[in-house]
Amino acid sequence: MTGICKDFGRTTVLKDVQLEVRSGEVHVLAGENGAGKSTLIKILAGIHADFQGSIHINGLEVRPKSPLDANHLGVAVIHQELSLIDSLSVADNIFLGRTPTRHGFVLDSVQQKLAAQWVQQLGLDIDTRRHVGEFTIAVRQLIEIAKALSQNAKIIVMDEPTSALNAPEVERLFALIQSLKARGCGIVYITHKMEEIARIADRITVLRDGKWIGMAPASDLPIPKLIQWMIGREVTEPAPERGCVEDQPQRVDVFGSAPLPRSGSGSAGLPVGPGGRQRLKVENFGVFPRGFSKKPAVENISFSVRSGEILGIAGLQGSGASELFHGLFGDFGSRTRGEIYLDETRVSLRSPQKAIEAGVALLTNDRKATGLVLSLSIVANATLAGLRELSPMGWRQPGRELTAAKEMASAMNLRAASMDMEVGFLSGGNQQKVAIAKWLQIRPRVLLLDEPTRGIDIGAKQEIYQRMREWAGQGIAILLITSEMPELLTLSDRILVMHRGRCTAEFSRQEAAPEKILAAAMGTAMTNRQN
Amino acid sequence: MKKNFTSPAGRAFLALVLVFIIGSIFNADGAFFKLGTHRDTLREMSVYGILACGMTMVIISGGIDLSVGSILALAAVCSAKMAIHWGYSGWLVLPACLIIGGLCGAVSGFLTARLQIQPFIATLAMMVLARGLSKYASGGMKVSTAIANPDGTYRYVNVPPFFQDIDHRILGGSFSVVTLIFIACVLLGWLLMSKHRVGRYLYAIGGNEESSRLSGVPVVGTKIFAYAMSGMFAAMAGICQAAQEQQGDPEAGVGYELIAIAMVVIGGTSLMGGRGGMGLTLLGVLTIGYLDKILSINAVPEAGRLVLTGIIIVIAVLTQRRRRT
Repeated sequence: MTGICKDFGRTTVLKDVQLEVRSGEVHVLAGENGAGKSTLIKILAGIHADFQGSIHINGLEVRPKSPLDANHLGVAVIHQELSLIDSLSVADNIFLGRTPTRHGFVLDSVQQKLAAQWVQQLGLDIDTRRHVGEFTIAVRQLIEIAKALSQNAKIIVMDEPTSALNAPEVERLFALIQSLKARGCGIVYITHKMEEIARIADRITVLRDGKWIGMAPASDLPIPKLIQWMIGREVTEPAPERGCVEDQPQRVDVFGSAPLPRSGSGSAGLPVGPGGRQRLKVENFGVFPRGFSKKPAVENISFSVRSGEILGIAGLQGSGASELFHGLFGDFGSRTRGEIYLDETRVSLRSPQKAIEAGVALLTNDRKATGLVLSLSIVANATLAGLRELSPMGWRQPGRELTAAKEMASAMNLRAASMDMEVGFLSGGNQQKVAIAKWLQIRPRVLLLDEPTRGIDIGAKQEIYQRMREWAGQGIAILLITSEMPELLTLSDRILVMHRGRCTAEFSRQEAAPEKILAAAMGTAMTNRQN
Repeated sequence: MKKNFTSPAGRAFLALVLVFIIGSIFNADGAFFKLGTHRDTLREMSVYGILACGMTMVIISGGIDLSVGSILALAAVCSAKMAIHWGYSGWLVLPACLIIGGLCGAVSGFLTARLQIQPFIATLAMMVLARGLSKYASGGMKVSTAIANPDGTYRYVNVPPFFQDIDHRILGGSFSVVTLIFIACVLLGWLLMSKHRVGRYLYAIGGNEESSRLSGVPVVGTKIFAYAMSGMFAAMAGICQAAQEQQGDPEAGVGYELIAIAMVVIGGTSLMGGRGGMGLTLLGVLTIGYLDKILSINAVPEAGRLVLTGIIIVIAVLTQRRRRT
């Protein structure tokens, strides 16, 4: 793949990217969230058919127009979310779309036999007549690989294949990758886990912000250097300079009025934020979305946030940070463990309603799916969380709602033709402002912001940063999840790093540095050894 | 002005006007212009209309209620039993039947909201169950003014005043009481949907249940309320039906749920939930009610009426479809 460019509307996501995979090698594609890895893969897989640049497979120029087309060209992608159909048998899945037939009737026994052969080649001993849904994720992944092999794939792309696997399963996958290499397959491997890169990579290509940063044999790219490539600057001294913080002079202005001067914070690694009183304390918190007997999404997390403090939470996909927020917000009902203290009183938040009553607000990371009701008006959305308060006798008071919504809209600097406009017609940035405005109505004590600036333009981002500083100034404790490193470093007073549901590091504002955070988020920090 | 005809209300109104124009042209030798025709049309559509009110609430919440026809039968049987056989006063029969209907609805609501059974399945089960209950309560026979004695003979009782009051005409015979009840139901439904918090919650749940839950909307309680209201409206319709027929028929109301759904959809309420309203349903009820009447006064046989109604539902829904932007 050479000179690949791709843009969505006005935003360019890939600019002149290249990727070369040789047969019989494992080529790791590395980069932070949003670096453009998955877009590149989607182009190769035929999901995005409109791109600039060229793709050559075995010397022939190709242009995959659809996933099926890509399959015919010998490209198989094993996505994070597996693309198998749970309610069909293993054999049906392997031969989906190319079922062996005679006169239109499926030759079940032939299909069965062929499928069994492919599956056995992977050292998998399963009945191919059973439904895919009965098997574990690890087995399903192997079935997907069997499907790829049966399609005679030359290039197999694996997008974070180990995210749902346990240690022995990972070993099995790695052994399989070795045998795939021996067969002459080229493997593109995407992962966030440094130890995996160190183990299996032959060569590494690094992307950052949609740009090609470099390609090197794994032996020439040790982990620290790789992280530098991913983050984008050389680390010359252990103490990081805090360039991005100084870029934001407003920061100092806002907190200049805070009781604790910023210069006094961070000594001896103590969690000292601005403001004073402890607002939220969480002890030994665990979240078990699938019940207590299953693997938890969050395990034994303890932290506290002061009034007026912004606690940044960093973590890669699968870190459990979003689940932590949902758990604190009562979304998992009683499937949580541990204690939550709000203003030093122990609270039990077993439902979003209870959390809202207690003054906890959650901005979810997907405004369209979980944040807004797109078919309702701005007023209806903005007042949804506080509607009980706005209609004390049950009968709604449209005048009061409009006044409240207008107040919140002007606080958020929302631009809309009319407050009766359906939220679905607003731009992404304005939608996000409505999603946030909803929570101002309940006058929160704790704001949980999960990716508050995802998918919005730079102007709206700046406004939201500004608002966050104002809220902190008003004494609201803010917890912030963001995958954008500059955002995290600029806004956070302290940073908590999560990896696989556990807290792997905590940094004060002074200590925080991108490479340290990324290392901890990948689970390579010292603290992770105890797992 | 142009905007008004692209809004759901505008289009539903246009459809109704169209039906009236058709009625004026094919007026069956002036029958369409007689007051009595309109009085009867309104009376005949009232039972369906009452069902459609409850159905609107459920559909806006993103669900569907297939049990209303059976609950109608159960309420008809119960009210006939109480009013005719046992001679209870209307002041007892009315609330008792409403509670029975409300309970049935609340059970379907509980099944779908709390136990997460799909609304189609949950209310299908209630449809069968309520039909069974109505047959059990009636012993499989119509509950009428002819009461079987133990020795096999029949004795006859008078139609109770409660039923007479409901099957009455007011304003010099120009308006039926059941139509009045229907209008009251529309009004109640409109108040709840447009003026009460619960209505906003129902729109929100139908629009995006997950967002609503995460905004603190009491999703389970609100949904149960919607199904309970639908059950209560169905019970009211059952009482009206029993009063008009002067008997409680355990086989009554078969297929009524589909007519009610058609009325709601023709009004422009989205089956996907989150959009629509009680006013639209009123327009839908009038449209189907008048259409049926016009076809019948023009002596179109039932077979033709059903085929035409089916075609018109499709056309109406096609024109109601929102353009994606």
